[in-house]
Amino acid sequence: MLEAMGLTTLFSSFLALGAPLTEAGTFPWLSVVTFAPLLGVIALMLMPKEQDQAARTTALIFTIGTFIISLGVMVFFDPQMTLLRGAPFTFQMVEGPVNWIPMLGIHYALGVDGISLWLIMLTTFLMPIVILSTYSAVGKHVKEYMICLLLLETAMLGALVSLDVFLFYIFWEMMLIPMYFIIGIWGGEDRIQAAVKFFIYTLVGSLLMLIAILYVYFKVGAQTGEYSFLFADLAAVQLSYNEQIWLFLAFALAFAIKVPLFPFHTWLPLAHVQAPTAGSVVLAGVMLKMGTYGLLRYAFPLFPDAFKVFAPYIAVLAVVGIIYGAIVAMVQPDVKKIVAYSSVSHLGFCVLGLVAMTPQALQGGLFIMLAHGIATGGLFLAVGILYERRHTKKIAAFGGVAKSMPVFSALFMVIVMASVGLPGLNGFVGEFLTLIGSSRSHFLYFNKPITAQSVRNAETGELGWAWLENTTMPSPDSLQHVGPEITAIILTAVATLGVIFAAAYLLWMWRRVMFGPLDKEENKQLKDLNARELTYMIPMVLMAVFMGVFPNFFLSRMEPAVHQFLTYMDQNITTAKGVVRVEGMDAQVLPKGPMISSDKEEEAH
Amino acid sequence: MLYQDQFYYLGLIVLMPLIGALINGIIGAKLPRKFVDVIACGSILMSFFFSLISIKALVENATHVKNAEGVVETVYGHLSYTAYHWIYAGDFGVDLAFMLDPLTSLLLLLITGVGFLIHLYSVGYMADDPSKWRYFSYLNLFCFAMLLLVLGKNMLVTFIGWEGVGLCSYLLIGFWYTDDEKAAAGQKAFIVNRVGDFAFLVGMFILYYETQTLDYIQLKEFATNAALIQQIAPVAWLIVLFMFIGCTGKSAQIPLYVWLPDAMAGPTPVSALIHAATMVTSGVFLLSRLNWLVTISYEVMAVIAWVGALTAFFAATIAITQNDIKKVLAYSTVSQLGYMFLAVGVGSFTAAVFHLMTHAFFKALMFLGSGSVIHAMHHEQDMRKMGGLKKYMPVTSKTFLVGCLAISGFPLFSGFFSKDAILWGALSNTHVLGVVGAQEQIGDITVMRGEPSAVAQILTTKPLELISAGGPVDVNWLVQITSWGTFILAVITAGMTAFYMFRLYFMTFEGECRADEHTKAHLHESPVSMTIPLTVLAVLSLLGGLTGWPHFIVHGLHFPPEGFGLFFEHWFSELFQVTNDYRILTRFGAHAYGWEAVATVSGLIAGLSGIGLSWYMYMKNPEIPGLIQERIKALHGFVQQKYKVDEFYGFVFVKGSIKSGEGMTFFDKYILDGVLVNGAAALMATAGRILRHLQSGNVQRYATYITLGVVLALVALMLRM
Repeated sequence: MLEAMGLTTLFSSFLALGAPLTEAGTFPWLSVVTFAPLLGVIALMLMPKEQDQAARTTALIFTIGTFIISLGVMVFFDPQMTLLRGAPFTFQMVEGPVNWIPMLGIHYALGVDGISLWLIMLTTFLMPIVILSTYSAVGKHVKEYMICLLLLETAMLGALVSLDVFLFYIFWEMMLIPMYFIIGIWGGEDRIQAAVKFFIYTLVGSLLMLIAILYVYFKVGAQTGEYSFLFADLAAVQLSYNEQIWLFLAFALAFAIKVPLFPFHTWLPLAHVQAPTAGSVVLAGVMLKMGTYGLLRYAFPLFPDAFKVFAPYIAVLAVVGIIYGAIVAMVQPDVKKIVAYSSVSHLGFCVLGLVAMTPQALQGGLFIMLAHGIATGGLFLAVGILYERRHTKKIAAFGGVAKSMPVFSALFMVIVMASVGLPGLNGFVGEFLTLIGSSRSHFLYFNKPITAQSVRNAETGELGWAWLENTTMPSPDSLQHVGPEITAIILTAVATLGVIFAAAYLLWMWRRVMFGPLDKEENKQLKDLNARELTYMIPMVLMAVFMGVFPNFFLSRMEPAVHQFLTYMDQNITTAKGVVRVEGMDAQVLPKGPMISSDKEEEAH
Repeated sequence: MLYQDQFYYLGLIVLMPLIGALINGIIGAKLPRKFVDVIACGSILMSFFFSLISIKALVENATHVKNAEGVVETVYGHLSYTAYHWIYAGDFGVDLAFMLDPLTSLLLLLITGVGFLIHLYSVGYMADDPSKWRYFSYLNLFCFAMLLLVLGKNMLVTFIGWEGVGLCSYLLIGFWYTDDEKAAAGQKAFIVNRVGDFAFLVGMFILYYETQTLDYIQLKEFATNAALIQQIAPVAWLIVLFMFIGCTGKSAQIPLYVWLPDAMAGPTPVSALIHAATMVTSGVFLLSRLNWLVTISYEVMAVIAWVGALTAFFAATIAITQNDIKKVLAYSTVSQLGYMFLAVGVGSFTAAVFHLMTHAFFKALMFLGSGSVIHAMHHEQDMRKMGGLKKYMPVTSKTFLVGCLAISGFPLFSGFFSKDAILWGALSNTHVLGVVGAQEQIGDITVMRGEPSAVAQILTTKPLELISAGGPVDVNWLVQITSWGTFILAVITAGMTAFYMFRLYFMTFEGECRADEHTKAHLHESPVSMTIPLTVLAVLSLLGGLTGWPHFIVHGLHFPPEGFGLFFEHWFSELFQVTNDYRILTRFGAHAYGWEAVATVSGLIAGLSGIGLSWYMYMKNPEIPGLIQERIKALHGFVQQKYKVDEFYGFVFVKGSIKSGEGMTFFDKYILDGVLVNGAAALMATAGRILRHLQSGNVQRYATYITLGVVLALVALMLRM
């Protein structure tokens, strides 16, 4: 009640002016949000090089502007929109499809649904904070730095709203370039190595994905006679089981590297440690989510049968990642490395949630994406604040900082606790939903899928290799029937161990950095947060609290999209039936419509 | 208008300390010191008043119904308040909702009542601390979390409180964080508790999987419904076991008790509130709340009973050897919590909750008393440097004596009644499944024993009418062993408790003062804000047990009147009805008062001899302890160092995780990244270096490649033909 009332009134007073814009339904919200940072890039290019402060202010204004416009997407988003049966997603605020390169069937098409909505909001929310945090951290080539950050924002937003796979791929690769420069130019000592590794590792995955995209694209052409990269057309194509397996592997690998899923994570700690604070925040806060988002948006619905085959293996990798990331994080001597490995652990929870195919786990996974963006983003900001003061990230250099920086320590504590997963803060909601969801998943059992066997071709008599499909379900009476339940509970229990380690590595770090005797001369001199730092830390902390106390504000707007997606998966997995858990939606807790509805306003008048 | 299900006072009870914590936490540093005190104490006092109003409403809301035997029973039901929808996804939905029933009422009064006294005490105790505002902010936040824990209408709200109290405990133990030892103690408490929380979560997942709900009211529908019990019975033992492991973390039982003694690093009032009166009892609270679930599997109940009894015993042995006044009290707390879990394990939930209450009174009293001593002694905690303080601190010493008598089970003091109830439960209770031949007697259940349906049938049938008609019953070996074993352990522990408590009392308050001259000169009684809480708690420790007399006195002597003498039992009868009516019966028969007297007298003898021995060893012949210690030096040292459990855990778990972390870091750096990732890159580079030579720019070489290619193609073609 509280959340709906308070926020709606707040936003309606803010955006009452914007309401007429949607009346005709023609205002291109998504294009404006996506390309607003690009306008900032143009503005920056026109500015003289030496004007550092002006460049920062310009970037800040444009990111704040983007955030305010994106609020429009949030308030006019209609969670009650009729969802199409038989489609994995139903988008709204759709723009296009406009033929962009008609010869190749490439379109300009944008849209948003309950899955991408909050990631867009997360991106636009984080960017002004990131820009503010660079004011004192970066002194060289400030203008170029700002241009990189703004380009990055456009690329990330573009990847989130694209409905054309080719367009998505362009934005996807466009993300790499600014980040490559951010790490390579403004990074730490080993920045070149880190940047190159980040770039090449990610690119290898992406190229495999490109080949897979092209394969499906030609299939579309062959089956319908019309070549198209539109996601809806790709989703409609018929693929054999074998094709699905290979294509899924190509897509999943690209996204798994981005997530990063164990064991593809080794680029991450290096990139994080070398990247400047802003780079780390964007990388952890948003870019990693592109991997999980891509899995959910492309890899799963395009190749449902292959997904069923690999889901248990992905879940195992995710669970290994949870424990592995946490244990490795515990012994790192560098604060930033701890946070980097904690990302591996947290993203493990997220991936486990996505593959469990229950509404709770899926929403939990989506919620972790947001919560991790805030909590880990906040951790990196806090580390950045310490680094700016002491020019080191080594734990051994600190101790007793809480005494010299009390305000900072209070804010830092909340962020740490959010990351630990304390109930009432945002980390808990996602982890809890993920775990309770995966504990009741019937999706994560192994049914011996990858068995190759030599078979004789009936017509030619030649020998060849073929995948064997295992479609037999155990009968309900047999002991095998409880297999899925036991698998799920074991995976869940092991994943839950992560909550112990999360407390261990973060609190141990906290004790050595913030607590203990204030015995080093440099630490006694530390200045507490200034007004600018408070300006960006406080929103992070408040958001962590808000998301923990009123998670339903976010969850209820994801729910219809999740429901639709699960229904689609349930219908399209042909090798096993009834393994996706589709549950009804509680109409009582769903929002009645967009926060501001132009129709309602008309009725009122 | 207040309705039963929208009783918003419950929300206010929770909200008050939160507001106090926020005000003091955000602007407390700039407020005048008096103001900080007023906000902190005021917010708890408000909560206390709202609690009283709510409990009054609960009592007025009660209905009186006649049961089958024609006896009028009071049904209190519950009041509830739903604040808003918290987490919803698919079929899963949890509200932020609160509930008040008789069990919560008691805990509410303890948290806000005793909590207020401890806040008041802290005003004096922390008067000189520069960050008093921070202290009070944490303390209020703790009360907020604890109130959430007990008021939660569903398990998830309880879990918010459950972790929230852990956080506050962490912050308060490490309150003087610049001391690394204290910071480490806080961290240890949090992480050990997290181990418990892990088990709690897994238990909750399995429970939800089976029941599709986490709401206590909806869950209770499973209690007496045979079909639903049948559904949950096969995994109930697993759920309860996980829940119990969760409780061993919060309530400091074997194997997770190790954090509590270290937690004494915090300010002493914190030890009184968190580590004696409220937080550590939340495990007992949770299992009592789920008593219908706990009593499904009597094997797990036996585990709980044994863990409780062994914890009580071993903690008492350690307490005897400690010289730090707070450490003695800490181990004593672990030991007394063991008693409560013993009561839970044998199905005497009323006794467990009863002891929870009396323990909260007398242990808070003793902790505050020790705080008063420490305050006067300039933060000296070693009892060997005390003695004779009676002369300097009359109020503290007198109230402390009351506490010692209460915990030792001296007749008519509160601990006497509650400990008696536990001993009696341990001696006589049996689970219906532990009765030999229960299923044959219950009726024509043709299904084999051990099958869920048969078990479900037994668990939902009133056994008293069917099996024994009130007479004695035969029990199987597990019940026999558990019953006698835990009873004997509990009696021995009662004697040891009396011994070490009076050892503490004699060493601190009697005899010659062993403090140095400087400290002696400054010895003084504590200020009024500290002695008032001591006095109030002393009165409660004295009188708090009078609501639960032994049955043989009430029924045998007809004094005190039943309504008063057994008030406690009646107050909880509805809550533990499933357990008392369906699951647990007394194996000596329904009215075996003689056996109850046996339990009472054994406890009494043990307690009195403990006091006597202590007097003999520490007052009459003070040289004896030294001689004994000399004789059994190795054993004494081993016990004094807590059986080296800390060292063992440190080696296996802490060192183990760090070593495996280092191993994994090596693996990460050299195998995953070094061999696989960089190896792949190096492979590419090498391939490039080799293949580079193909493209040399030498025309003759190109011509050779072309010729070779043509020949190969021709050969292939010919072979195919």
